Amino acid sequence: MEQDYFGVGEAEQLTVEQAIANLRQKEDLGSRYYAAWWLGRFRVKEPEAIEVLLMALEDESDRAPDGGYPLRRNAARALGKLGEKRAVPPLIRCLEFPDFYVREAATQALEVLNDNRAIPALVKLLDGGVAKAQFVPGKPHLVQPYEAIIEALGTIGATEATTLIEPFIEHTVEKVKYAAARAMYQLTGNSVYGEILVRALAGEDLQLRRSALMDLGAIGYISAGEAIAETLAENSMKLIALKGLLEEEINQNVNQSLELTQESIKVMELMDSLL
Amino acid sequence: MTKILTDIETLIEAVNKADSADGLLEAVEDLAAAKAVEAIPTLVEVLGYNNPGAAVAAVDGLIEIGEPVVPYLLTNLDDYNYGARAWALRVFAGVGDPSALDLLLKAAVTDFSQSVRRAAARGLGIIRWSKLAPEKVLPAQKEVLQTLLLASSDGEWVVRYAAVVGLQSLAKTLATTQPKLVPEITAKFQEVMQTDSELVMRARAQLAWQQIN
Repeated sequence: MEQDYFGVGEAEQLTVEQAIANLRQKEDLGSRYYAAWWLGRFRVKEPEAIEVLLMALEDESDRAPDGGYPLRRNAARALGKLGEKRAVPPLIRCLEFPDFYVREAATQALEVLNDNRAIPALVKLLDGGVAKAQFVPGKPHLVQPYEAIIEALGTIGATEATTLIEPFIEHTVEKVKYAAARAMYQLTGNSVYGEILVRALAGEDLQLRRSALMDLGAIGYISAGEAIAETLAENSMKLIALKGLLEEEINQNVNQSLELTQESIKVMELMDSLL
Repeated sequence: MTKILTDIETLIEAVNKADSADGLLEAVEDLAAAKAVEAIPTLVEVLGYNNPGAAVAAVDGLIEIGEPVVPYLLTNLDDYNYGARAWALRVFAGVGDPSALDLLLKAAVTDFSQSVRRAAARGLGIIRWSKLAPEKVLPAQKEVLQTLLLASSDGEWVVRYAAVVGLQSLAKTLATTQPKLVPEITAKFQEVMQTDSELVMRARAQLAWQQIN
């Protein structure tokens, strides 16, 4: 989901040239940070924009009180959105950075770029398996961005990683568990994993139900249609999830006559009922 | 009578006192099941809570109560909470009362929330035209048609989707009363099938086209 930190009004005030210039200068850290986000948000794919974002990925000047690198995080997210393959090797290097949030943003960007060169480095972050996947004392996150890593491996199609990913279905953090089910379904096509996510739709926590909706939409698990429509969540979320199902169903059944399958029609009827 | 009223007061009290998401959902379901006009203000209030399950139950309950809900909801629409407004638009759509027509026409193309535009476009397709004075029907239908055609080029796919669904319902109505307006709708379906950037839009337009032909 698009994360917009700024109102549209403010976003409209920049031009491409200004954003690039803002990102180049080193005095005003706030406007650098904003420019990096802006270039991704408005999909500025000009070579010069890519170049400054790649520089920002290695930036040392913008440091958060927790020792993190806010600008690097934003630059990584932006590079993912721009679909720039040149960014793959630098983003892979980011996976070794000490800042958890840089590693997470880089992982998510690599997922979007969907490049299998990232597989070995992503797999390495799973070293130690579930036993090592604990919370960092005093932090709200685990030692690695497991949710993002596992989702990325699923999207990229890293079938060689299934034996590493499978055990994460037992992880105590629900979102990590969902990510593992999602990836395992993508990598094996086994409905056992889709059903884990379907059961999650009936969970207690609204935030987690939303999460399972998005995961089911992302994998297009067609049997989930009814359960999605009945989930206690916003219709807008359910519609996005059903859209994912419909797209997958259509892409799997492309034929000469372009006839709609019964399953497609059923999903559309569910969508109609949620408008 | 007194007994019934007391029961409804008890049900309302239960909604107001609910202290968990599940508790609220149950209380709203019970109150909605009473189908009583006294429940309207409380059910409308629930639309503004951030609890999608309870909101669905409240919407269903309000639609069941039907027309008496419309004037109350028209005067108590929340301009600031777009979540609540989207649910309210679903109530108008479900009741289909033409007195909400102006609001639906405006909301479908001007509301800043895509969920509100979506619900309004859907509602425009299911107006109960028999409730409108006969001489007002055709001009109103033409206005609905133009608005839905406009909404079918919204920037958000979900609004375009609702507009196609609305146009399909409208085409079904017009097929018997104003068949000469239908070709404009089928042409739009053809256009969406061939040009929309979203796969689901092309599929939905195809389904609409198949179902009215």
